[in-house]
Amino acid sequence: MTRKPRDYDDIPGTYVFDYERAHQGYHLNMFSMSLLKSENRKAFLENEEAYLQKFPMTPEQRQTVLKRDWLGMVKLGGNIYYTSKIGATLGKSFQYIAAEMSGVSQQEYADMMLNGGRTPEGNRSLSGKK
Amino acid sequence: MAKILAGVGTSHVPAIGAALDTGKAGEPYWKPIFDGYQRSREWLAKVKPDVVILVYNDHGTAFALDVVPTFALGIAAEYQPADEGWGPRPVPVVKGHLELSRHLAESLIFDEFDLAIVNEMAVDHGLTVPLSLMCGQPAEWPFKVIPLAVNVVQYPPPTGKRCFALGRAIRKAVENFDQDLRVVVFGTGGMSHQLHGERAGLINREWDNQFLDGLTQDPQRLVKIPHVEYMRETGAEGIEMVMWLIMRGALNDNVKEVYRFYHVPGSNTAVGNIVIENK
Repeated sequence: MTRKPRDYDDIPGTYVFDYERAHQGYHLNMFSMSLLKSENRKAFLENEEAYLQKFPMTPEQRQTVLKRDWLGMVKLGGNIYYTSKIGATLGKSFQYIAAEMSGVSQQEYADMMLNGGRTPEGNRSLSGKK
Repeated sequence: MAKILAGVGTSHVPAIGAALDTGKAGEPYWKPIFDGYQRSREWLAKVKPDVVILVYNDHGTAFALDVVPTFALGIAAEYQPADEGWGPRPVPVVKGHLELSRHLAESLIFDEFDLAIVNEMAVDHGLTVPLSLMCGQPAEWPFKVIPLAVNVVQYPPPTGKRCFALGRAIRKAVENFDQDLRVVVFGTGGMSHQLHGERAGLINREWDNQFLDGLTQDPQRLVKIPHVEYMRETGAEGIEMVMWLIMRGALNDNVKEVYRFYHVPGSNTAVGNIVIENK
């Protein structure tokens, strides 16, 4: 897939949900959205693999859900406002998911937020020019 | 005639709603936030608006990715609180204002803002958390609400300039409405937050406060901020702040800041609140 360079490509640790990512993650996100209905949450929790088969995702996308690989979901086109519904179904908060994605324990992440959050210093640009 | 009296900017963090709904508002983590909004709540109770035009974004709740409206105006009689994965929030049904919402839709479209029109939708935390923060836990919301949903999930959202211009058109439409109504506009979302990726948790206190300053001192500077700056400086999800510019556009050039509150953290987010009155 050819993708034209974007001004936001050099923001580190960030996966802007543009049209390319929306296309790539469409079924993963629509699966996530299906969990807004309580009967679907029940069906998913009873048999995750069978439920996931109802949506035409890639096998890799299904694996990220089964493995609770929150960052992997985002890298394969998942949008956090959608994948967080998987979190809600599993009783996991936005903050839990954010800690998982940034590779620290939930306590470390919570402490970072209590101390004012992640600083923008050194986190603005991969090239370090901004 | 109807009149816009003031604007309110506020974050809409879902965990704040959950804290209130589960009786945790008095806990040390959440208390500073609810205390910080106390003056805004008192102010709003005195202003007693008839209608709030509430600018917010849906988070994959009423709208999915199959159709993505950039601006969607609700013209329904009521809106049910949505089930976002853990059951609907136990908050009152949101009542619309049929006549003013129809007038707004018609006026804005003839003013060349080609809105999507919504006759039925559930409203998620983006709309109900600001109501909770500004009104507490009443049995009924004390005013009618006209929801204006803005896409900020699918990149690109509308520009700040377009948002401000829409606010201007809203002001004109309200002022041409022939009922005596007191109207307040809420712009919601933000402030700094990034919810995804390795950079999750980014907070930029300095940038946020400059944005709050700019709302009264130099809104034309804010209108020119490019999307990449919001994302780089305030986190990818900080781009929600373009919605505050609809609120600002709906106010007069001459305004005064009545109150401001800023607190980190509300879960992953910098919680900001500002009350701005027309002079």
